[in-house]
Amino acid sequence: MNVSPDAVVLWRWGPVVLNATIVYTWAVMALLVLLAWLATRRLTDGAQMSRWQNVLETVVDTIRGQIREITHQQPDRYLPLLGTLFLFISVANFLAIVPGYQPPTGSITTTAALALCVFFAVPIYGILRRGAGGYFRRYLRPTPFMLPFHIIGEFSRTLALAVRLFGNVMSGTLIVGILISVVPFFLPVVMQALALLIGQIQAYIFAVLAAVYIASGTGAREEKQVESER
Amino acid sequence: MDQLSIIGLASIAISGLTIALGSIGPAIGEGIALARALSSIAQQPDEANTITRTLFVGLAMVESTAIYCFVVAIILIFANPFWNHVITQAGG
Repeated sequence: MNVSPDAVVLWRWGPVVLNATIVYTWAVMALLVLLAWLATRRLTDGAQMSRWQNVLETVVDTIRGQIREITHQQPDRYLPLLGTLFLFISVANFLAIVPGYQPPTGSITTTAALALCVFFAVPIYGILRRGAGGYFRRYLRPTPFMLPFHIIGEFSRTLALAVRLFGNVMSGTLIVGILISVVPFFLPVVMQALALLIGQIQAYIFAVLAAVYIASGTGAREEKQVESER
Repeated sequence: MDQLSIIGLASIAISGLTIALGSIGPAIGEGIALARALSSIAQQPDEANTITRTLFVGLAMVESTAIYCFVVAIILIFANPFWNHVITQAGG
């Protein structure tokens, strides 16, 4: 029983290791690209559309609505990053139902990489929207004493993003693995269902937290406060 | 008791204690948060979507502490560097 898919090594070229995490990540990526290509082959904007296009439009529209509510800005700028984060984590966790598959998000390396994406996205979007000066001035609000706390806060919430997703997904696979060896037949199925549900919730939470961090980094909250005070 | 036994005993005991103590606080906190969210939905049913979303985000933040404790417990059992060290010493 593997604690993480990192332990299953398939190939090794010197320092480069090809383990199960990477292979399953590639599989999820290939599946997402294939489904997207199938859905967008014949796009129509009339009333008659294929089922796949309908599903895709519903998903994209829902994500855009959520991003708009959280960031109080036009969602299209943040949709690629946040939508991809949500869809990748959601599909990666959901495919756990396939036997022999282990979610790549059950490895701290994958979740750390995703959290690093968010860590770099916040200042990038902040500088794009407010300029470098405006963004870094935020670190000195409300007083310059808060600067170390802001910096520590940035690192700790990135770490929390990574560990939260890793812990939830790894615990799901671990519980099922242990239960199969102890009480087979019924209880592992119930725990597997719980693990699937938790995987979806954690995908949503990851994306929502990323949106909240980006919104606070682009100063949307302060803008909205100023507008409502007028 | 030799080194092997001490490290094994300490790892197992502390691992169980970590997750036992570490899940009390978050569970109580999440229960309180959930109760407040339910009463505020009862007061303002129109805002149920925002309240629910904020509740889930808050629950995730509170859950993180329990997850940290769980990860430490798992590391103590499955990826314990001290245990690996004494095992290689004993095997060699």
